[in-house]
Amino acid sequence: MIMMNRIAKTSVLGNILKRGLATASATPRLKTFKIYRWNPDKPAEKPRLQSYEVDLNDCGPMVLDALLKIKNEQDATLTLRRSCREGICGSCAMNIGGRNTLACLCKIDQDNSKQLKIYPLPHMYIVKDLVPDLTGFYQQYKSIQPYLQRSKYPDDGKEVLQSIADRKKLDGLYECILCACCSTSCPSYWWNQEQYLGPAVLLQAYRWLVDSRDEAFSVRKSMLQNSMSLYRCHTIMNCTRTCPKGLNPGKAIAEIKKTLASN
Amino acid sequence: MVKRLSGLQREVLHLYRTSIRIAYSKPVDNRPRFFSFIHEEFGKYKDLSRKDFTTIEHLLRVGKKKVEMYSKPELKNIH
Repeated sequence: MIMMNRIAKTSVLGNILKRGLATASATPRLKTFKIYRWNPDKPAEKPRLQSYEVDLNDCGPMVLDALLKIKNEQDATLTLRRSCREGICGSCAMNIGGRNTLACLCKIDQDNSKQLKIYPLPHMYIVKDLVPDLTGFYQQYKSIQPYLQRSKYPDDGKEVLQSIADRKKLDGLYECILCACCSTSCPSYWWNQEQYLGPAVLLQAYRWLVDSRDEAFSVRKSMLQNSMSLYRCHTIMNCTRTCPKGLNPGKAIAEIKKTLASN
Repeated sequence: MVKRLSGLQREVLHLYRTSIRIAYSKPVDNRPRFFSFIHEEFGKYKDLSRKDFTTIEHLLRVGKKKVEMYSKPELKNIH
């Protein structure tokens, strides 16, 4: 019995060793990552692209895995935001291979002859390396008052009820994680960041406009009733194309326009 | 003949004057600290080229944010 156990153990160990050797002996597949670097401590130095080589055999499948590998093993000064690594927090939004997306949801192209360029979100002020300054974006979100407004709440102190049909209207709106991918991909937002709210914030504005429990409908509508906040949208639809969660901000904006026009 | 200042130079001067004005809103005993802090901050980039617009614009943005923070009345002293 003891012998049997020992044999079983050695064979398992042998398997692990063999597998380990197999990966080690395979030729490393080095892929070049070119990453935007800029250090605020030396503001007079211009931003530059820095190249890093990562062995794809020894790296997770997503771009975030590669970035963290670089940060862990090659250059600890590389700065980026990340948190949940599963596309629910929206922290790791960046421009990967020319497309705004979440690094944790973006697969690395396994063709290692091509290099991958990674930039921060376009047309935002940079805090450091891949970290954009989203203060303005959050202020805009605050300006649409993204919370339930009503005069009366149920006497039993429980939730405000709504019908199944009314709840259905919120699908495709509440999933937004405010990663700012869509807003920063919108040319209209690039040129009018101060006044135009941008697709992400307008999607949320619409989310509160259609909510059957909210009573501030007319106030919310009048807030958007000017030439800049909403009507800078020229249905370019970059927002819908880029959204890493597969939402449709372009449609939400069209629905707001319809609501404003019909009343 | 007074030298004509460029827009950017005027903005920097404006930032400097607002920061000095904010220092005057702080308790008398702590004012020297604010003054030396302001001079230190502006002195850091004395050697910056006049033509380095992007850097100057960036420093202006950072400076404006700092001024906003330091101008809060709860903030009475710095070390």
